[in-house]
Amino acid sequence: MARAHPNGPKPTQITAGRIGLYSFLFVAALFFMLPLYTMIVTSLKTMDEIRLGQIFALPAKLDFSAWVTAWSGACMGSVCVGIRSGFWNSVAITVPSVALSVLIGAINGYALSLWRPRGANVLFALLMAGGLIPYQIFLYPMVRTMATVGLYNSLAGIIIVHVIFGLPLVTLLFRNYFVSVPEELCKAARVDGAGFWRIFFEIMLPLAVPMVVVVSMLQFTGIWNDFLLGLVFAGRDNLPMTVQLNNIVNTTMGERNYNVNMAATILTAVVPLAIYFLSGRWFVRGIAAGAVKG
Amino acid sequence: MPMKRKSNLSATLALLPTWLVAVVVFIGTMAWSIRLSFTNSTIFPSSTYVGLAQYAKLFASAKWLASLHNVLIFGILYVGGCLFLGFLLAAALDRKIRFESALRTIFLYPYAMSFVVTGLIWQWMLNPTLGIQASVRALGWESFVLDWVVNRDMAIYALVLAGVWQGAGLVMVIALAGMRGIEAEQWKAARIDGIPVWRIYVSIILPQLGPALAAAGMLLAMGVIKTYDIVVAMTNGGPGSATEVPAKFIMDNLFGRQNLGLATAGATVLVLGVIMAVAPFRYAMYVRSKAKGAS
Repeated sequence: MARAHPNGPKPTQITAGRIGLYSFLFVAALFFMLPLYTMIVTSLKTMDEIRLGQIFALPAKLDFSAWVTAWSGACMGSVCVGIRSGFWNSVAITVPSVALSVLIGAINGYALSLWRPRGANVLFALLMAGGLIPYQIFLYPMVRTMATVGLYNSLAGIIIVHVIFGLPLVTLLFRNYFVSVPEELCKAARVDGAGFWRIFFEIMLPLAVPMVVVVSMLQFTGIWNDFLLGLVFAGRDNLPMTVQLNNIVNTTMGERNYNVNMAATILTAVVPLAIYFLSGRWFVRGIAAGAVKG
Repeated sequence: MPMKRKSNLSATLALLPTWLVAVVVFIGTMAWSIRLSFTNSTIFPSSTYVGLAQYAKLFASAKWLASLHNVLIFGILYVGGCLFLGFLLAAALDRKIRFESALRTIFLYPYAMSFVVTGLIWQWMLNPTLGIQASVRALGWESFVLDWVVNRDMAIYALVLAGVWQGAGLVMVIALAGMRGIEAEQWKAARIDGIPVWRIYVSIILPQLGPALAAAGMLLAMGVIKTYDIVVAMTNGGPGSATEVPAKFIMDNLFGRQNLGLATAGATVLVLGVIMAVAPFRYAMYVRSKAKGAS
């Protein structure tokens, strides 16, 4: 990103102010990096080494066995299959949830901003209110309803729940995006005989690709990182990684295997971190857009 | 300018699923929960109305009062801490420094991680027997104490520390984006007048970032009332009820203690809290948009 410097080029001379500035940034960077560093070195140590209580020391020799255990042997209660199953559960939950919520959100945003059917404003206000209200008030009746229709504790059930709770944010972002599309574009297409769906799929959706990317990233990290909804709705066989991780770390009996715990923690954070590192610019743009407009 | 009514049929149909969600899920389940809060439901829903008895019980519960107290402390320090540190980081990054993009990455990466992961990392670092405390003592400072997660008086601040670590980067990104949008002319004018840099940030930049920072603060504040994961992962409400929060209180009573009436009463109080917090903002925006429309 090219940027205009507020007052001239980078200064070259060293002043007390510059030293202070860099010291602050250095200390801040340490504070932000320390937990990640600690997790990585802990995961590579043996339990004997961890018992020495030198949390910041580098491991004497690299020992990857904790990673293997975390992935395929760590215990959640009495079951010792590692966090592997949770990883695939999280994939199975997140991918369809993101795809569905982005598609429905894009349709909503398009219909609300460019067509404005009767009641559009009421619907939008209802969605925004739904997005602000704490989940706890919806949970029990939703569990009961899901159980009645046979979706409670199922993969389809948790996906539907994620799509429902994702709708307010996704709709808001797409609506704000489509509002800036000139209405003439829509009108011209209608004169040419295109209908609601054709305009959407052939003109508006291709036009909204940048927003689709940004929203998908926000939704992906949000759903991957979810704990509460997965805990309540997914059921034993579909528990996402975050819930399994908490079970591994916080319910084990006897001495805790800190190295395994830390390896499992890193594994749980790897996917959102990879998204962030590989597409940092989009991530930042998405956050800035979502935050300022939300 | 809306299009003709007839051709709006497809648009109306396309929005039908969302209407269903809004009416059935958002309004329907909320009404259901609120109704339950006026009954004596325990493990199963009951239709015996008991008026405000559940609310009376709720506010007589020491745990609920502690959770309100905790979430207030956590909320103020977490939002305030994120705004303060985030603004400071953005201002520092704005000073034409080297390695800007690397530093920006370092400050923001925690935001990509879940609250569960954040809670577990800090629980590990603050573990008194093996964490930072043990390391510092091993260096020779024998009386060093950093036992926040197991100390009743400090546990809530351990949550704040982890929360600020996770959320400050978000504020930094938003504030930095805002700073880059401020015109160079203002900088030149202020520099010519000989105003020191820190004064420019406080008196000229900060006021212009007001709306962006308010949005960031709002976003963080919305998360505060939902605070659940980080508590479960880091302290599980303890020691005692030192880090109990309303969202966790409700979840425990909903699914653990089978205390439906009490849980839904708590959830209703939370919703009222959100409405009271958001309503003034919404009203101000409504008034402003009216005024704009009239002029």
